[in-house]
Amino acid sequence: MIVAQQKPLQEIADMVSDCKKVLLVGCAGCVTVCLSGGEKETEVMSSALRIKRRLEENPLTTVTFTATRQCDPEYIAEMDEMVKDVDAIISLACGVGVQYVAERYSDKWVVPALNTNFIGGSTVHGIWEEKCGLCGDCVLHKTGGICPIIRCSKSILNGPCGGSQYGKCEISKDTDCAWALIYERMKTLGKLNKLMEIQPPKDWSTSRDGGPRRATREDVIIG
Amino acid sequence: MKYLSKLQQVLETGNFAVTAEIGPPKHASAEGVRHHAHMMKDYVDATNITDCQTAIVRISSIATGVHVMDCGIEPIVQMTCRDRNRIAMQADMLGAYSLGMRNLLCLSGDHQKFGNHPTSKNVYDVDSMQLIYLVKRMRDEKKFFSGEEIKEHEPQFFIGAVANPFADPFEFRVDRLEKKVEAGAQFIQTQCIFDMERFERFMEMVRERGLHERTHILAGVTPLKSWRGAKYMQSNVSGMIVPEEIVQRLKSAEDPKKEGVDLCIEQINYIKDNIKGVHGVHVMAIAWEEIIPEIVQRCGLYPRPKFED
Repeated sequence: MIVAQQKPLQEIADMVSDCKKVLLVGCAGCVTVCLSGGEKETEVMSSALRIKRRLEENPLTTVTFTATRQCDPEYIAEMDEMVKDVDAIISLACGVGVQYVAERYSDKWVVPALNTNFIGGSTVHGIWEEKCGLCGDCVLHKTGGICPIIRCSKSILNGPCGGSQYGKCEISKDTDCAWALIYERMKTLGKLNKLMEIQPPKDWSTSRDGGPRRATREDVIIG
Repeated sequence: MKYLSKLQQVLETGNFAVTAEIGPPKHASAEGVRHHAHMMKDYVDATNITDCQTAIVRISSIATGVHVMDCGIEPIVQMTCRDRNRIAMQADMLGAYSLGMRNLLCLSGDHQKFGNHPTSKNVYDVDSMQLIYLVKRMRDEKKFFSGEEIKEHEPQFFIGAVANPFADPFEFRVDRLEKKVEAGAQFIQTQCIFDMERFERFMEMVRERGLHERTHILAGVTPLKSWRGAKYMQSNVSGMIVPEEIVQRLKSAEDPKKEGVDLCIEQINYIKDNIKGVHGVHVMAIAWEEIIPEIVQRCGLYPRPKFED
């Protein structure tokens, strides 16, 4: 899932400091699961902003709505009526949701309440970790199911580098060395010989370097 | 036989090579570099020029190489994968070769987190293994990294790489060295050796696989100036092992700098006389370049071999 975290309240308040009425839009997708932009967080943020503005003697009116998914126009359309009389929309979705909302309501001031961090999952309750580098050409079959593109701080394909020690990455004692994990896993699987193959330079054009990507499935296109 | 560089000639004619390291400055004057180069020029076969080591902005390795060559030393241009994509790397290689530089050392590079621009973005378009292979292919198959033909004047570097016997997993370190040799590394410089016992175990595995006959291994050593420096490396530099007795030896020494030099000389002599398969020594006198002549002389490695041009 996409993991996102809330921006500091002050930063969000500053974005709407000249507004009298705002709509806060949550998302029932990934950001609900990672506890940053679901219905509950939307209500809490709405109250927090109102209280803050009241204390500043500049009251703010808020309305809230939580879309099933903000990355889908049909679910955003459900709030067409609500946006009419607000000065701004605060989206508690990932960066995708914010853009869909901004695209639909082109005359409205749309601001992000979250920082979209990465795609990953939780390790224990309250802690999420990045797992996929979205490179567009998966190599997990070569690396024992551990992604070196994003979990190695240098994205190297022929690791581990000389900074790997005691299973940790040179950047921090709190960061596992992805290549140490890969090595251990391949050893367990009896496939260490696979690590002796020199992995060729990656084609990064399938990654972010080729401009915005598009995925097409001809068989499901309607019309 | 035609050699690609003087360093290659030194190594392939069976000499015990001596290389050192010059760290470019954090400003735009090469005066210090030139001073160090003049001082060590008769004592080393070639000198590494670091490439923004520890991710700190300095004069570039290739520009510094020009100064070093001008002072009469053959440079070993270090090239990390951290700061340049494959386009910039090749452009710099063509430039370095056109300026007369003949040795290229391929390495990953320290993460930018350690340097003076921790908020920068790293590149790692290719990794050090791929870089070695691609530089070899440029030379032997006259191809750019993309596979496009280099019609004429392909750069012909003597290719080096690094190995760290002190990083983990230990048993994979020799595997990775073998990969680098397969990729095309003709000489290898190791991380600073303080844990001699571990280095000996590493070399034993290297010899078992015959890697010492397929590449030239230069043992990395560093003279220590103080126990604090030793302690710092022991606890803060990932991929280094500094045994506690070395820290203690410097701590109890009357003259720690002299003790550091003595220790470094003992290490070089030990490696030279006892560890088979090591073809030279790489002395990394970090911010202490002026000590190189004394170390080389006292190890009986002076004078250095001379060849007709």
